[in-house]
This record gives sequence, structure tokens and C-alpha cells, in this order.
Amino acid sequence: MASAAASAAVLEVEDLSVTIRTPAGPLHAVRGVSFDVRRGETVCLVGESGCGKSMTSLAIMSLLPETATRRARRLAFAGADLAGATGAEINALRGNRMAMIFQEPMTALNPAWTIGDQLVEVHRRHKRSGRAEARERAVDLLGKVGIASPVERLGQYPHQLSGGLRQRVMIAMALMCGPDLIIADEPTTALDVTIQAQILRLLAGLQRELGIALLLITHDLGIVARIADRVHVMYAGAIVERATAAELFARPCHPYTRGLLSCLPAPGVTEAGTRLGTIPGVVPSLIGGIEGCAFRSRCEHARAGCAQAVPVRRASATHHYVCVEEVAEMAALGEATA
Amino acid sequence: MLLYALKRLGLALLVAAFVSVVAFLLLRLSGDAALAIAGEGARDEDIALVRRTYGLDRPLIVQYGDWLLRTLAGDLGQSLYFKTDVAALIADKLPVTFLIGSFSLLFALALSVPLGVLSAVYAGSWIDRLALALAVAGQALPNFFFALVLMMLFSITLRWLPVSGSDTWAHFVMPTIALGYYVTPPMMRLVRAGMVEVLGSDYIRTARAKGLSPASVVFKHGLRNALVPVVALAAVQLGYLLGGSIVIETIFALDGLGYLAYQSITHKDFPVTQAVLLLLALIYVLLTLVSDLLNAFLDPRMRVA
Amino acid sequence: MSDAVILPIETVTTKVGSPAARMAANPSVVTGLLLVGAVVAIALLAPLLAPHDPYAQDLTRRLIPPIWHDKGVWFNPLGTDNLGRDYLSRVLYGARISLLIGLSVMVISGLIGTALGLAAGYFGGRTDLVISFVITARLAMPVVLVALAVVAMIGGSLPVVILTLGLLKWDRFAVVMRSATQQVRSLDYVTAAEAAGASRSRIVLGEILPNVFPHLIVVATVEAGSAILLEAALSFLGLGVQPPLPSWGLMIAEAKNLMFFSFWLIAIPGTALALLVLGINLLGDGLRDVFAPDGRS
Repeated sequence: MASAAASAAVLEVEDLSVTIRTPAGPLHAVRGVSFDVRRGETVCLVGESGCGKSMTSLAIMSLLPETATRRARRLAFAGADLAGATGAEINALRGNRMAMIFQEPMTALNPAWTIGDQLVEVHRRHKRSGRAEARERAVDLLGKVGIASPVERLGQYPHQLSGGLRQRVMIAMALMCGPDLIIADEPTTALDVTIQAQILRLLAGLQRELGIALLLITHDLGIVARIADRVHVMYAGAIVERATAAELFARPCHPYTRGLLSCLPAPGVTEAGTRLGTIPGVVPSLIGGIEGCAFRSRCEHARAGCAQAVPVRRASATHHYVCVEEVAEMAALGEATA
Repeated sequence: MLLYALKRLGLALLVAAFVSVVAFLLLRLSGDAALAIAGEGARDEDIALVRRTYGLDRPLIVQYGDWLLRTLAGDLGQSLYFKTDVAALIADKLPVTFLIGSFSLLFALALSVPLGVLSAVYAGSWIDRLALALAVAGQALPNFFFALVLMMLFSITLRWLPVSGSDTWAHFVMPTIALGYYVTPPMMRLVRAGMVEVLGSDYIRTARAKGLSPASVVFKHGLRNALVPVVALAAVQLGYLLGGSIVIETIFALDGLGYLAYQSITHKDFPVTQAVLLLLALIYVLLTLVSDLLNAFLDPRMRVA
Repeated sequence: MSDAVILPIETVTTKVGSPAARMAANPSVVTGLLLVGAVVAIALLAPLLAPHDPYAQDLTRRLIPPIWHDKGVWFNPLGTDNLGRDYLSRVLYGARISLLIGLSVMVISGLIGTALGLAAGYFGGRTDLVISFVITARLAMPVVLVALAVVAMIGGSLPVVILTLGLLKWDRFAVVMRSATQQVRSLDYVTAAEAAGASRSRIVLGEILPNVFPHLIVVATVEAGSAILLEAALSFLGLGVQPPLPSWGLMIAEAKNLMFFSFWLIAIPGTALALLVLGINLLGDGLRDVFAPDGRS
């Protein structure tokens, strides 16, 4: 976090939209999202499932399904435009300078090839290295991600490894070419709770040690609290609040963020047996356009103005949120209704 | 893996034994073999003589045991029509059928794999539609009719290829196509279905995220996984090809096992028919065994099972 | 080895619109129905449509070419064969034989195969083991060879061909029904029926059969087409139905020696065969798509 201000942006996203063709009409999965990730920092995109955070990550990696179209005013990696890049240019970056870790380690590895094969091929492709050199690198990294007897593991197939081990392999694979940016899409969601903590600690440790920019996609505010430098809260395909992690947890402004936080037990504050909060209602349909604030159908402070265009408000230089209310008024309202 | 192979082998032997019983009974029960040997309109004394000479008056079970023991010893008896040793006759014809079967399978694979991959990669495009239309049309075409059309086109109109016989490689071109085209559509569909499923899988997304070339994504990471079921089908289809070779070899007068089977049937030469039936069944059993083991080899997950 | 005969079965899921509406919207189903419907109509109306008796020989009018040739005449629109029989009439009556074969073989083999497949899939265990073994053994014997041998021994006639093919071609029914039943039997409503103490026959006929029925329909169409092709092949080899029956396969066989001079003699029945089987296969393909809507074919 300390170096964040000084570093240049590794990834710049400006007004990114993703539209998916469905039989019922175009589904606007991502609606005008802007953010950046700077060298050596961890940025989190947080939101419920279906809020467009995974689509955002796939759009950055040019891995969207064929039914989806991507539009962006600017989409750049290390200053180079991604939106207009050819397939070959994208391929030269993917796996090389920008790598991705997926949610499902059980299916993300090819069952027909050994771990070693799948680690080595990415290095050989991007670094034009020999088999021995790439293999040495793979052994090195398997050790680094905490896999015992890495040489032996190289000859094994994915089905011989547990989910936690496979995710470690995926992390090692992402590191093979020494990337500037790693996008991790819910990297711990599919794992056991005890393994989740280990993998998260590993990821955070490697990110600090190697100075990699990490874009972490998650629905889990607990994870955000532990490793994020900056946070973007997404709701219904748009960012509703952005802040440093410290600011967000100290003073959540958007009603949705506050709702999310109330669902989270706070260590030392929430007593055992108390009911955690829930956010009533359902996410609006993303098919067709959304006028005004998308959260208003579930917001306890909703009023007529919410149906019109909503202004961006600044709580500080680094803390913005999208709401018709200023946070001070809202807090007062909240107390009045409580 | 070894245990798996042994279990499969045991089952294969059991199937072979079962088929030998069926092959024996089928040809004994579906008609009077003695009458068939003696010929239509033979006198009763002649038929009785034939019955004694060939041991056809003994109980079926004894006849079967006798036949099985001699078959296991490699003695398939004498051909009634060709008047030679059946084993030697079959050994003489087998290579031609083996060649034509392998050529046809290669022909079918060479067409179906690229077409299947193309239709999967460009699913829904005109290539996909065209390949599907060809497959549907191909499967509706009777193989003997197609063989005659080929003959008319290449031998009579264009005069490129010899009409019939099995002396030069040119004699094998039309039979290969006539036999192989029919198994191409199911293989192509299987390749396509497998590729469509595989291309939508998470590990293909991983491969793309690694920046691998499109060729590497489709072939190294895709095709390898999609081909597993195709191998199983290929072996079964080779069994079909052996059956189909009866029709095709007869049309093109290719001197192979299929033509021999046809001749033995029309001349009621039941020792030969029986031997060919058993041999084809054994080949089929062997092929499915090989395909099972090949499957286990191709899919690492099956190796530990 | 039993694994080799297990084909993947897509689970049948519901989709927007009634089955009839989905069929009407499926181009394969519509084209297939049109082709098959045309052949059925021809078969039924053959006596009205045929200009001549298909068996009447006229040795003075042999090998007249069809009407699109210079020497064609309207008296015999598709010409005449080697014995001077009207080819159009023979082709029209030939539809009856092909359809009869396809339908009867489908019913016989369908009954055998469905019974075996249902039993193997529902009871599992030893029953499944034995039936899978029988299926594998049956698959090991080439249909063409066995059918030729049996027909040669007994003598070729329409009933013999039908019975032989019917008793041989049940394998695909058994294979598909077996795996479909296996899938359905583990579903909740079957377990519920079992828990409620329904009898086995009630469960198999009342709960399972209706749910595997779509698979049955698809296999049945494919098998009908395949049976028609097999009869034609047997008759072509002279070991199927016997002359003077106007079987399309037999007509091709009879014309084989004349094909270098009178190619239409094999082209016409060959095309008729291909169109009928094409219609049946399209119907089967389309129905598969209608029943399995996730786009996999």
C-alpha cells in the first residue's frame, strides 16, 4: 500500500462493459466499470455472485465466452492497449506478463497431461527456454508454493493431487514467467476452509515478496480485510464504492457495502449467538437497461431520487461511492429508522 | 492396470467361448447340414451316408466338443466347396481383408477427425452445417449402391481405376472408399461432440489464459481428450468394416475373407462359414480388448482404477 | 469390455414449448417427416399410383429408358427392366417392402432389446452382468454374415428376412435402454415409488419406461433405417427376399450386369432407398435434438 501512489498502473480499465446475448435479450453483465491496478498492490473486486466481477476478469484476459461482447474506453496493460490488440499480441501477454488463477482447481488442469508438462509448456512458449531450464523453474516454483517433493509431483497427473495441491500448482503455473499482474478469480472458494487460509496466505506472501500486482476477485469481505490495499465493491455490474481497505472497513458509505459488512461477524464485537444481518430482496435483472440506482429495490433508504441518474460522491480523495445521499445524512437517517 | 487387463482378457475369452457355441449351433440348427452337403434332391441313402461320414448323427454336444477341440488345435476341417484345408484357405484370404479394413479405417479417421475438429471449433458456422449435411447424407447411402456408383464413375466413365480384382494397389482404392465412407459420419459426430464439450471445459480456458497458440489449445489440450471415446468407437467400427467387407469384397471381387464368406454361404460350405464367423468374432473381441486398454492408456485417470 | 457398449446418454430435460411445437420448429424433423410421409403414402397408394402391374412382363418392351432420355416414352415414365416390367410400378411397390421390413424389424428387435435393456438397467447386479455379456457376444457377430448364413440355410423369403433381422438387431436398443434406465432408476421419483411399495412391474412400466421413451423413439428410427439398408444389402447379394418381389435391393442386383449400359436401372431404386433412409435418419436426428435440448448432438 505504501508504494501504491508512486507506482504506475499495470492495468487500466476505463468504462468497461460486457454484454451477453441471451434468448431473452442482451444481458448487461458489466456496466461501465473503471479501475486500475498499480505495480505491487493488491486490489479486490468484491460483490455477490452474478455481480459481473468474474466477467470483468475474463474481459481483461480476453477470455469471454463467444456470446459476450466487450466494450471499453480504455483497457490497457502496462500502457499497451488490450482492446484493439490482435489475438497474437494478447497471447504474447497472457501467461507471460499477466496470468490468471481460476476458481475450480479440480477442473482447471488438463487431465491428460502431467503437472510438469503443463507447467513447462508455458515457460517454453513465452521464454523460448529449453526443456531442462523450464523444468528447473517448475521444480523451483513448486517448492516455493509449498509442495513437498516437487520433482516427483512433476510426473503426476492432476487427478493424483488434492484440490489444495492443484490450486498451488495453478499458482506456480501463474508464476512461471514472472508476471507483472496476476488475476485470481475466487481462488479459495472451492477449497476447504482450512486450506482456504493457507492458499490465501501463500498468495499474499508471494505477491509481497515478488512485488506482483494482484487483482483478486472475491465475494468474501473477510479475505478483502486481510489482503487488500484497495477495494472496489460491485453491484449489478457496476462499481458502487471504491476505497482503500482501511477506509472501507472504517467508514463504509454505500448502503450496499454497509449491508455486506453487517453480514460479516466482527472479531471481538459480534457476540456468539447474535444474528448476522442479511440484505433482503433480490438483485435486479441485468437484461435490458437499468435506470438510476440498481440497489434501490433493496435499499432501506430508497426514495424517489434514486430512480434518476445517481451522482458520484467523495468521502475522501481515495474514497468514492455512488449514491443520492451524502453519508452523513444517511447515517442520521439510519439511526432515526433504527 | 495389470489386474484391469487380466479381467478384460478373461471376459474376452468368455465371449469367444460363447460365440463359438452360437456359431456352431446356428449353422446346425438353421438347416440340415447333411442335406446341404449332399445337395438338393439327393437320395435318402446318400444323405444318411453323409450324416455318418461327417459324424452328424452323433449328439450335438459331442459334435460341438469334437469341433471345438479340433478348432483349438488349429484344425478347422476341410472346405466342402474348395476341397482344401479351411485354415490354409483363411490364412490365404485374411491379408486382403485386413488391408482393406485398415485402409478404410484410416480413410474414415483421416476424414472424420479434421472435419469433426473443424465443426466443433466453428460450431454453428457453414463448415459445421456442411459437414453435418454430408454426414447425414452419407449415412443414408446404401454401401452397395455407392460402390456401384463409384465403379460407374471411376472405372467406366473416367477409366481411372480397374473394375474389380485385388492385384494392384489401384484395386484397393474404390473398396476403401466404399467401405470407409459409411463409418465416417458416426466418427465425425463423436469427434465433434467430444471437441465441443472439451473446448468448453475449464482446462481449455486455462490453456488460453496461458497464452498458448490456438493450435496448441485445440490439438494438444483439446483433441487428446476428445479422442478417447473415438478410439473405442474406431475399434467397434473396425468390427463393422469386417462385416461390411462381405458386401464390398463381393462387389469388387476382392479375394478376401468377406468374399470367401459369401462364397461359402452360397455354396453351403458350412465348415468355412463357421470358421469365418468365429474368426470375425474373435477379431472383434480382440479389438474391443485393445480399445479398452488403449482407452486406459489415453486417459490417465483410468490407469489407477 | 462391457464398457465399450455403454454410450453416453444425455438426460432428457424440459425445454420451452410443447414437444409437438418443438418438433414442428425443427427442420430435420419436418424434412424427415415429409420424406417418410411421402414414401408411406406411395406404399399405401401404390395400386392407385402405379400405371401397370409391377409383375407383368412384356419381352417386346425390354430396357426402355426413362422419360428424360431421348428414347423414353410416357407409357413407361421410368422405363422398363430386363423383363419388360414397368419400372415406375416396381419402384412404387418396392416402397411397401422396405417399409414393411423397417417397421417389423424395428418392432421385433425393439421388444427384445427394450426388455433386455430395462431388465439390465433396473435390476443391475448379476442380471446386468449376464445381459451385458449377451450384448457383447451379440455385437461380436457381424449381422450381415449371420443373416446371410441363416437366410441361405432356411431359404430367402420376406418373413425369414424379417425374423432373422429382428432377432439380430436388438443390440442398440438393449445398450441404450440399459444406460437410460440406469440413469432414471436413481432419480427421486423412482426411489419414492419403491419406498411407497409399488410393485416392480409397476415401477418399470409405469415410472421408468415413460421416462426412457424418448431414447427409445430415437433408437427405433435409426434402427428402422438400418434394417431397410440391411434387407437391401441381403437382397442385393441374392440372399434376401426373392424374385419377382420388387425389393429395391433386389432390383439393383438384377440390374447390376446391365448397369454399364442402363445405369438408371440401379440409380432409380438406389436413390429411392437413399431418400427413404435419409428421411428416417433426419427424423431420428431431429427427435434427438428435440428431446435433448442442450444443443449436443
